[in-house]
Amino acid sequence: MAISKAKHKEMYIKMLHTRLFEEKVAYFFSMGMVHGTTHLYVGEEASAVGACSALDEEDLITSTHRGHGHCIGKGIDLNRMMAELLGKVTGYCKGKGGSMHIADLERGNLGANGVVGGGHCISVGAALTLKMKKKDNVVVCFFGDGAANEGSFHEALNLASVWKLPVIFFCENNLYGMSVPVSKSMNIKNVAERAAAYGIKGQIIDGNNIVEVYEAVREAREYVKKNGPILIEAKTYRWLGHSKSDANVYRTKEEIASWKEKDPIKWHRNYLESNGIFTAEELDAIEKQAKEDIEKAVEFAENSPYPPLDIIMEDVYA
Amino acid sequence: MSVITYAQAIRDAMSEEMRRDENVFLMGEDVGIYGGAFGVSVGMVQEFGEERVRDTPISEAAIVGAAAGAAVTGMRPIAEIMFSDFMTIAMDQLVNQAAKMRYMFGGKAKVPMVIRTAGGSGTGAAAQHSQSLEAWFCHVPGLKVVIPSTPYDAKGLLKAAIRDDNPVVFIEQKLLYRKKGEVPDEEYIIELGKADIKREGRDLTIITYGRMVPTCLKVADDLAKEGIEIEVVDPRTLLPLDKDTLIRSAKKTGKVLIVHEAVQTGGFGGEIAAVIADSEAFFYLDAPIKRLGGLDIPIPYCPELERNAVPTEEKIREAVYALVR
Repeated sequence: MAISKAKHKEMYIKMLHTRLFEEKVAYFFSMGMVHGTTHLYVGEEASAVGACSALDEEDLITSTHRGHGHCIGKGIDLNRMMAELLGKVTGYCKGKGGSMHIADLERGNLGANGVVGGGHCISVGAALTLKMKKKDNVVVCFFGDGAANEGSFHEALNLASVWKLPVIFFCENNLYGMSVPVSKSMNIKNVAERAAAYGIKGQIIDGNNIVEVYEAVREAREYVKKNGPILIEAKTYRWLGHSKSDANVYRTKEEIASWKEKDPIKWHRNYLESNGIFTAEELDAIEKQAKEDIEKAVEFAENSPYPPLDIIMEDVYA
Repeated sequence: MSVITYAQAIRDAMSEEMRRDENVFLMGEDVGIYGGAFGVSVGMVQEFGEERVRDTPISEAAIVGAAAGAAVTGMRPIAEIMFSDFMTIAMDQLVNQAAKMRYMFGGKAKVPMVIRTAGGSGTGAAAQHSQSLEAWFCHVPGLKVVIPSTPYDAKGLLKAAIRDDNPVVFIEQKLLYRKKGEVPDEEYIIELGKADIKREGRDLTIITYGRMVPTCLKVADDLAKEGIEIEVVDPRTLLPLDKDTLIRSAKKTGKVLIVHEAVQTGGFGGEIAAVIADSEAFFYLDAPIKRLGGLDIPIPYCPELERNAVPTEEKIREAVYALVR
């Protein structure tokens, strides 16, 4: 089934939101306006947005430490997300979580995760709920190539395959676990090859091609409900450092530049224009809208108060 | 009243809650047809089926992590970790995920899950199957920690734990599984965080929990014949801790001995001692607060070595004499 015009628009603006959000966050960090650390998603937008856009509203996701794209893909409120980054009480977690712990349970986002591989087992449990409650939904478990070497990866894929749970294990292979390239951290070329070990389907896709990502996940959505989990590996690349401390000494400028040629946002724009789905003017208008949305989010966040000290003890127990 | 074993009490609590609430289910290694390594869930798969009494692969991280994922999406899982020593394999899932979700997410998540696990020495299973790790769990805000010492407490506390909206670590005692006790036929719940005075006395307070409770009660009965009246207080829940009851008893007797099987250094007894020393009970104390924990060693295999690795009746008696004489 062809992707509708409305869906294309939604995906395009969400990729723009992600890119602009991250650029704003990078700016805030460089100015010392927020503390801690952050892991930016620039360059990988098609993976999160394409995958989340292929889901139904009640489908669930687990995310990663590099989770801003997943939040936006799943339809988060940009204002409250930006507020959380600035540690404001109007943020998704009242300023208690920050970049690595944004969750939006109402929209099926079970949370970013500060632990590499932290979402694997949670996604299996969430899928078990779907199965036991006989819901017609799926879970997408996002993780990186680095997380594929955690023990939780093996335990989760094994359990999900034995119980035939509706999980799409979605590996965003951006080629590096912090500084270590995949070639030095696993003895195989593709994470997807590991699917064979669990008797499940493995699939490699171009993570920078949003149409391919969307279609793969849309198909996988039906597949996992009938057959149990699938392992999709999206090949992509992070343009910026792992976190704000990264000086990029482990890769060349040429390599980074070559991936910038494969900019997922530019690719989508070309696709939309050359296929006559939107005109250049319409696309410009969407870009303008996206910028305004981020500016509004910044304004909302900056004008929001910090949490009062008296909430420090709240929310430990239900 | 019926007289049933500790294991039966735990089974009854699970079965009653599973009949009452379809969101409650049990999963773990060999909990199905085998009935669990200690036979706690015998017969449950026949009543509830394999969908609700789930055998899992030997994957402790996945068991606890999946419990967290199921809990945060609307189920109320009970996960069994065969030996509490194996909780080490699931600590990331318990400590970094389940315990912190609610706070990290600003109060939006509820994580109603129970991890049942068998703790303690005395079975000849040596260093990797005999530990008492409760202090580790008590150091994690977001968790609740329960260690029942009788069939009555086990049933009432487990029902409360299953109905609780937080992750609860429920540490069962291997040596108590076959011990029998009276349990009411009608339904009852024991609120978490309430200590129980197992025996009243005026001369000295022993604060103890788990399988050391019957041991301390035995010592108390013996010493009563010598005119020493010991009060035995069982916190039952270590987190949250019923500080008031402990402090009240310390004020009443003026002498406190804390007994637990876990190794003494860094053990939960240190926390209990500090709670009392930090309270108005300090001014009523006639002697230093004493701790009698396990030796600071891995649990050894040979029966006589194993017996002496943890507080024995003799050692408890000596500690009491040292305080009252």
